[in-house]
Amino acid sequence: MTTDQPTGEVMLEVDHVTLRFGGVTALDDVSFAIHEGEILGLIGPNGAGKTTCFNVMTGVYRPTMGDVRFRGQGLSRMKRFEITRIGIARTFQNIRLFKTMTALDNVMVGGDTHSSVGLLNALFRTPRQRHEEAETRRRALELLDFVGIGRRGDELAANLSYGDQRRLEIARALATNPKLLCLDEPAAGFNPAEKERLMELIRKVRDQGYTVLLIEHDMRLVMGVTDRIVVLEFGRKIAEGSPTEVRDNPAVIAAYLGVDEEDAS
Amino acid sequence: MKRPTLPEITLPAPLRSKPVKIVGLAILVLFLYALPILDLPIITTPDSDFGGVLYTMATYVLIALGLNIVIGYAGLLDLGYVGFYAIGAYTTAVLGVQHGHWPFLATIPVAVAVTMLSGVILGAPTLRVRGDYLAIVTLGFGEIIRLAAKNSDWLGGARGIQNVPKPPSVHLFDVPHLRWENGTVLIDVSNKTQAFVFGFIDYVPYYWLALTVIFIVLIADVLIKSSRVGRAWEATREDEDAAEVMGVPTFRYKLLAFAMGAFVGGLAGSISAAGANFIYPDSYQIQVSVIFVAAVVIGGQGNRWGVMLGAALVVYLPERFRGLEEYRILMFGVALMLLATFRPQGLLPPRNARRARKLERDLEELEVGDEVQEVTS
Amino acid sequence: MHTLALNFEFLFSNFSQLTITGLALGSVYAMVALGYTMVYGVLQLINFAHSEVFMYGTFATLWTVYFLGGTATTSGFALVRMFAVAMVVAMTVSALVALLLERVAYRPLIRRNSPQLMSLISAIGASFVLAETMGLRDNITKWVGLNDDLSRYVTGARDTRGLPMDIESHRLFPIGNYQVTNIDLIVILCALLMMMVLDQFVRRSRLGRGIRAVAQDPESAALMGVNSTRVVQLTFLLGGLMAGAAATLYMLRIGATRFDAGFILGVKAFTAAVMGGIGNLRGALVGGLVLGVAENWGSALVGTQWKDVVAFVLLVVILLFRPTGILGESLGKARV
Repeated sequence: MTTDQPTGEVMLEVDHVTLRFGGVTALDDVSFAIHEGEILGLIGPNGAGKTTCFNVMTGVYRPTMGDVRFRGQGLSRMKRFEITRIGIARTFQNIRLFKTMTALDNVMVGGDTHSSVGLLNALFRTPRQRHEEAETRRRALELLDFVGIGRRGDELAANLSYGDQRRLEIARALATNPKLLCLDEPAAGFNPAEKERLMELIRKVRDQGYTVLLIEHDMRLVMGVTDRIVVLEFGRKIAEGSPTEVRDNPAVIAAYLGVDEEDAS
Repeated sequence: MKRPTLPEITLPAPLRSKPVKIVGLAILVLFLYALPILDLPIITTPDSDFGGVLYTMATYVLIALGLNIVIGYAGLLDLGYVGFYAIGAYTTAVLGVQHGHWPFLATIPVAVAVTMLSGVILGAPTLRVRGDYLAIVTLGFGEIIRLAAKNSDWLGGARGIQNVPKPPSVHLFDVPHLRWENGTVLIDVSNKTQAFVFGFIDYVPYYWLALTVIFIVLIADVLIKSSRVGRAWEATREDEDAAEVMGVPTFRYKLLAFAMGAFVGGLAGSISAAGANFIYPDSYQIQVSVIFVAAVVIGGQGNRWGVMLGAALVVYLPERFRGLEEYRILMFGVALMLLATFRPQGLLPPRNARRARKLERDLEELEVGDEVQEVTS
Repeated sequence: MHTLALNFEFLFSNFSQLTITGLALGSVYAMVALGYTMVYGVLQLINFAHSEVFMYGTFATLWTVYFLGGTATTSGFALVRMFAVAMVVAMTVSALVALLLERVAYRPLIRRNSPQLMSLISAIGASFVLAETMGLRDNITKWVGLNDDLSRYVTGARDTRGLPMDIESHRLFPIGNYQVTNIDLIVILCALLMMMVLDQFVRRSRLGRGIRAVAQDPESAALMGVNSTRVVQLTFLLGGLMAGAAATLYMLRIGATRFDAGFILGVKAFTAAVMGGIGNLRGALVGGLVLGVAENWGSALVGTQWKDVVAFVLLVVILLFRPTGILGESLGKARV
């Protein structure tokens, strides 16, 4: 499903963001916006600054200049867990699950984000705590099922297969009840069949009402699942538009010179 | 890397039912209370008063439970836990005899509160620094407490504080100990424990007090650990940055772990002061902190049963084999090295096997009646 | 509670002495701190047993003096020669103990990818074993049957053992109102010299590059053909050499040692390493000197009984304002 013009409200705005560190300009005056309900892809050749941009957008790095606003709110002063609470969730490129915890517990940690219950409630098992705990657990099971690992909840995260671990990361991120879900190379290491299933999952996620930001190397995946794409090269935005527009853009082709559209996995 | 799993022991169905479990638990609890009375031949320490040894074991088990929260649950390396222990003991002593005449039981809430406060004061600045530095800072904390006590006349100086108040005694009945001779059991009326008299010679009532406190703390531990607090701690320990990204306010939870650890440590300190006739600063040296840490890690940090076992062994084994008094520390060191090399997960590492069965039941509930989108994997 | 009066008068009137002797003390800390900081930089482990490496060095010094026939009357050139030999022996002994430690207490755990806490436990165990072995040396030699021959070396196994002579310090020149002694100078200069050599070695030599590579990125280093086991061994070796030299200097100044003398000094040295920036060699130097001087100033201000407290309070304060230590972390890992 591709649209030429985004229709939803602006959800996340990257406003003239520049990031310099150690003498290197990683991002140079980058501006674009993510609209509600769309799947936005962020691509570029290696070293383009995709991950850096991603980290700025999810509040991990503070920009040297410029601002990132989520639904009008600037992110720079917020603590990391606060950013998650206002509705931005993310997965990690190199999978950072809580390895010694079960899959279910991993997801429940995400679900605890909005829990208001504290130590004393837990100690005395107040009705509110019991209700919230049951809710969190129910929702976690639902999410595990949603991403396709419903039966694996009791396994330690470390013991899951690679594909299941990636799914678990997504479930965990969704458990924080975000408005915007940011996926950092979710298909890394997948074979084509798994990539196909991942694309289905991403569409399913958007159909549930989430907005999705996606970094990926695999062109077919990006072209196939995103609504719009932003292309970075050497820290600058060189193109923005629908997949077809971007694919035919000479600057983009030049940036990827020598690299096939289908990324060799 | 797959973790080694312990063999599953499944009891036959009738034994797994709830009433049987409760009865079994009750028997175990009664057995623990009765241990000093039973005076079993192989278990009892020949050269030292078994009641006293059990009392010390119970105190250490309590400490291990508290330290387990800090190290095992939250993953914070605390090498100065003896500081909390000392603060609890000293608060009781100060209020009870040094600068007041408070009854023992009244000193406990204050001791615990003061220790918790010190935990927060220690934690607030230091938990923000890198985890590896925490070890040395907490070690310093323990030393500062000891030195402050040693150098302060108000706290009794190097000699310490004598005549620490004891819990109130109420003599209800006598419990004669058993005596084993040539395979027969006799009831030795001359060797009896007065319940519940807290005197100077018989440590059994102190042991009972400590044991009771252990059960209370254990229940609280289970309740807290199985809630979102426990999950937050585990996540913080596993991967602090990822936990933050998942919405966990890691600093707050680390501070909470510290405060909870301090709570239990102070409580243990208070209780240990009750049975000791006097307390003095040099009994709270760094080496004691090190032994606490060793007990927790040996047992299998993160597993409350494991750390309890570790603590019990750390006290019990040297006492049981007292003949080798001089070589105790040497053997302890060798044991640590062997354990670290050959069983790094500890004696009883945390298990997750039990939850598998419960999860199956939950899933069935969810599937009945709901439309579930099956994405085949 | 008696009031904590800050005795500034004492501090100012003895400033030179406190500072110079503090630098001497700090030099010893710094050299021992190097062992901690290097191992931490390369392995991210707290080398808890390094304090015993130091302690064995002190006994090696002592026994060498015994062996070479040192008596209360030994002086002048003979004394200098005796201590020079002792330093070489102590450095060798400490280095050997350090290598043994690496082989027995750390390598098996690193091989098995054990959790860090377990390496700490192993180190703690090794520390106890080493210290207790020294403390039980009379029993041990009795078993082996050598008791009489070695009685001089093993008696009083749990007691403080002192040098047979008093090291006379000669006043050399004044700084402020303090006469700097030859001992002060020897300790400070010796320490500085050795640390400079080490620093150059790590920065210039091939082996030193290997250490820095493994500290930064063990995997890449391995890919570049660096043998990480050798590098780890080298790290321990260098730390041991430094500790051994520090041990002799320590004996020069303090003149006595015990089987448990390593512990507190080790804790302080580790504190110094952290203060200066863990993993940073120059940081260990700075941290050690700062600690030595601060301890002296502190004990002048609030009394010697609080001396040890000064160390830790200083550490907390520094970490609060500069979480990576005075000179920041180095050797290594930029951990996000």
